[in-house]
Amino acid sequence: MVGILEDKDRIFTNLYGFHDWGLEGAKQRGCWNATKDILSCGRDWIITNMKNSGLRGRGGAGFNTGLKWSFMPKEVKDRPHYLVVNADESEPGTCKDREIMRHDPHLFIEGCLIASFAMQAHACYIYIRGEYVREREIMEDAVKQAYEARLIGKANVHGWDFDVYIHHGGGAYICGEETALLESLEGKKGQPRLKPPFPAGAGLYGCPTTVNNVESIAVVGTILRRGADWFAGFGRPNNTGTKLMCVSGHVNQPCNVEEAMSIPLKQLLEDHCGGVRGGWGNLKAIIPGGSSVPMIPAEQCETALMDFDSLRDLKSGLGTAAVIVMDKSTDLIKAIARIAYFYKHESCGQCTPCREGTGWMWRVMERMAAGTAEMREIDMLLEVTTQVEGHTICALGDAAAWPIQGLFRHFRPEVEARISQYRSGRPHVQGATLIAAE
Amino acid sequence: MPTAKVNGKEIEFEAGLTVLQVAELAGEEIPRFCYHERLSIAGNCRMCLVEVKPGPPKPQASCALPAADKQEIFTNTPMVKKAREGVMEFLLINHPLDCPICDQGGECDLQDEAIGYGRDGSRYAENKRAVEEKFLGPLIKTTMTRCIQCTRCVRFSTEIAGVSEMGMISRGEDAEITSYLEEALTSELSGNLADICPVGALTHKPWAFNYRPWELTKTESVDVMDAVGSAIRVDARGGEVMRILPRVNEDINEEWISDKTRYVPDGLMRQRLDRPYVRVDGKLKPATWAEAFAAVAGRIRAVSPDKVGVIAGDLQDAESMKAAMDLFSALGVKNLDCRQDGAKLGYGPRESWLFNTTIAGIEKLDRLLLVGTNLRKEAPLVNARIRKAWLTGKLRVGVIGEHADLRYSYEYFGAGPSSLQKLVDGEGDFFKDAKGAAIVLGQGALIREDSSAILNLAAKAAGTFGMTAEGKNGFNVLHTAASRVAGLDMGFVPKDGGRHVAGMIAGAGKGEIEVLVLMGADEIDTTALGNAFVVYIGSHGDAGANRADVILPGAAYTEKPGIYVNTEGRVQIAARAVFPKGEAREDWAILRALSEHLGAKLAYDSLEQLRAKLMANHPTFGQVDYAPGAASAAGLDLGAFGEAGSLSDAVFASPIDDFYLTNPIARASVTMAECSASQAQALGRLQAAE
Repeated sequence: MVGILEDKDRIFTNLYGFHDWGLEGAKQRGCWNATKDILSCGRDWIITNMKNSGLRGRGGAGFNTGLKWSFMPKEVKDRPHYLVVNADESEPGTCKDREIMRHDPHLFIEGCLIASFAMQAHACYIYIRGEYVREREIMEDAVKQAYEARLIGKANVHGWDFDVYIHHGGGAYICGEETALLESLEGKKGQPRLKPPFPAGAGLYGCPTTVNNVESIAVVGTILRRGADWFAGFGRPNNTGTKLMCVSGHVNQPCNVEEAMSIPLKQLLEDHCGGVRGGWGNLKAIIPGGSSVPMIPAEQCETALMDFDSLRDLKSGLGTAAVIVMDKSTDLIKAIARIAYFYKHESCGQCTPCREGTGWMWRVMERMAAGTAEMREIDMLLEVTTQVEGHTICALGDAAAWPIQGLFRHFRPEVEARISQYRSGRPHVQGATLIAAE
Repeated sequence: MPTAKVNGKEIEFEAGLTVLQVAELAGEEIPRFCYHERLSIAGNCRMCLVEVKPGPPKPQASCALPAADKQEIFTNTPMVKKAREGVMEFLLINHPLDCPICDQGGECDLQDEAIGYGRDGSRYAENKRAVEEKFLGPLIKTTMTRCIQCTRCVRFSTEIAGVSEMGMISRGEDAEITSYLEEALTSELSGNLADICPVGALTHKPWAFNYRPWELTKTESVDVMDAVGSAIRVDARGGEVMRILPRVNEDINEEWISDKTRYVPDGLMRQRLDRPYVRVDGKLKPATWAEAFAAVAGRIRAVSPDKVGVIAGDLQDAESMKAAMDLFSALGVKNLDCRQDGAKLGYGPRESWLFNTTIAGIEKLDRLLLVGTNLRKEAPLVNARIRKAWLTGKLRVGVIGEHADLRYSYEYFGAGPSSLQKLVDGEGDFFKDAKGAAIVLGQGALIREDSSAILNLAAKAAGTFGMTAEGKNGFNVLHTAASRVAGLDMGFVPKDGGRHVAGMIAGAGKGEIEVLVLMGADEIDTTALGNAFVVYIGSHGDAGANRADVILPGAAYTEKPGIYVNTEGRVQIAARAVFPKGEAREDWAILRALSEHLGAKLAYDSLEQLRAKLMANHPTFGQVDYAPGAASAAGLDLGAFGEAGSLSDAVFASPIDDFYLTNPIARASVTMAECSASQAQALGRLQAAE
């Protein structure tokens, strides 16, 4: 068998777009089946089952989804409740949400309905990344189909008035941060808000709001149809369920695949991606969860499991399960310098450590990649990363610091060698040759 | 009350405070750049990091964190110190460190905090960021490379000033603060931007490179540019006032002042009358004090008292008005008036010319009707206070008069007195269910022929809508002249058939008034004075001095101790920051000296004696820093305000056309002229665009 997950247990059965994404095709694959029955079980039942399923937020932070829903006020008071779905998938290496939106939009919309019902929201906003134009078009079509079939909308067949609004973002990475997303949705500049207040208390337009990732929402319908126990049966305790994994980089067949949580990293690469380019021995390092988590070296990849806890123990993280594979031809220092540039470019500029620190880190990394940095700057750079990490309003500061920390944790000698190599054969005093020539 | 421990010291606090405020209660100073008590919380500078237990194992921004019961707050642990040092390093890597040539040097938050949290050297080997300068009008100078993106200026302009003209564009390290299309700010409060800027990014353009803050002698005083009486600090070097800054007075100006208050000092060095002059053969010739007094005394003694008139100007201190009143009353002169604009006030109960709600009291209102006033021009700080109350969502504002942009939305009822009449007659439901309603009568409604009737009608409105009762008084008059309330309080108005200002001018034109004494009065038509002998006592060579036959040089408001009563009836004492220019003397002393020449020697030899007499004769002057407010609201006879009469159809017009040029000092100021031109230009551009 290839991988762990059997075909019968896949949630996203049209992940590769081989079938019809439309309403008819989706219904044949089981979508919108018994949705009314699920709603009729009541919101407490839904939230309890979501909690029991152990689903952890698929956007990267890994917070228990059912628990998050339960933070919403129990009663709707003077302010309406909102569900906001974060489809601003911008993390480098991650490409799971777009596949859901392109190929299984109805699973997603159904999840929106159930989640909104569970949180007593009558409106759901889907914030789609600016670059996802086709995805937005398909989502709009799918929403239209659902409206026409009276699956959603006012006085729909499910008996819960529910509207879906698609919002197309402007293409800023920071708008994937939940509170920046809310700001952007309100028409303001996408800058993260201070927490507290948390969105569950005062979110979109100051109303109770829950922000969820696309994948977290899209799996809801299937989980409730097949039961929390079924979903909890995959993976290790506290890391349950199935997960879309996006493998890119130096593997023979880069792919998106739905797999059981806690699948060994090596098995994931061997079974689904045709192995590392040039064989396992050619592997240098892997970034297991999108560009913001620290890399892990080849030897740790042998035993690493693709789940939150295992990767956390390796001082990395599951993130969005976007596996970036780098073989021995990779210039890791340059790669991290490029990632540092990305964070410098995407920092919103609101708070000091991130605004000033990301640019500084990137510039030093560039010089490290070229070898022109000073040896002592390595420790300085690491100190700067700790000065950014944990001192910012949102997690972008952490995300900018971790890749650099990961590089030096495992490949410091390589950087030192680069600097020494550049130094060797060059005079220690800059301009000494010029002076000598005169 | 909940309790928290700050560095082990237990402290009680009111629920709802932030960790930063609780730490301050406990006496721990927390460094901050973006946090400002009167602005919304941004939490972006990250300088105020503290450690809290229970809480995550990382430092928290104390400005934005609500304090919780049983919380332990640590402000001096190694973790906190290291975190703040890190933030400080980040702030400084792209800061130019040009403190020696920076106008903020010496009073710069960044400089001060860098002493505590800065490193001794820089580890930043890259090039520093450079940011283009922005144009923000004639008042604010920018050096945007120094900006630390705290966004205080953005929040001030949107929240307090009510203009959404500033903002941050771009993101990350390219983020820049700028104004919309780099236009000059259209706010009358824009000077405060430089005050709240914690670094030298926004400084005062008119004062650029003029002083270092530690060279200045600081004198706490009171502003006279409008009748609000803002608390100010006059900073002087030698004999020159270098700048004026706000002081905190929660009852009046909080901690803001208007641009006119702030930037007028350069007018104190221009057009000054620094020696007496006597007109000889049609030309003003320098003279000695003795010659000048002799000329004045000779003329006054030669005419009968009913041919002498005295007009007190808008910037006059109470003491000099008292001295003038005592002197000329003793001579039998009845033509005394302090109302240059001809406002129909000063008779009836004192409440009929006061802002009885008080400025701070505006925040307790839920309805406010503005009649015949453009508050943005007449009292920008009262306007800011109304905006503050309006922002809470509790206050509804209605306007009768000029349909101006007041920086908050209001219900518009019409342009003239008939609209007020309709409201009083019960049209509409503006005052329905109001718990704290008030009406503000501006000078635009009080300088008309039918003003007495309007005053009466406004008082009737106050009665009809239950604005005055025990503990509240919603009847308000907003003055524009700093001297006016003091003048009215002491009765510096014509009595027993004396002439008021218009009567004196007309009389002078017809030869019925032969001697006219102008005490800093420049807002009257000086070309219409006929052949009258005009004595000008004042500080600036403006319209009055131009027409004068004898000039007795007086002191400007920064040059004399003086009592002023603001529109609320609040008695405030201004202090002398510098000495009068040249041979000029304090105004009361001039009158005291003149009294001997007139053979009617005044009974006081010092300012203290004069003040004692003033307070003895007019007890309200004894209550310093006290505004009566609603003290006498119960049993107030509103019917005694003005006289019922017929109303004209003319629309209300604000007495102020140009906010920046309302008095002789402002008209002498180059900065005020630039502001006036800049605003006129901006207005022209707007009209062209529309």
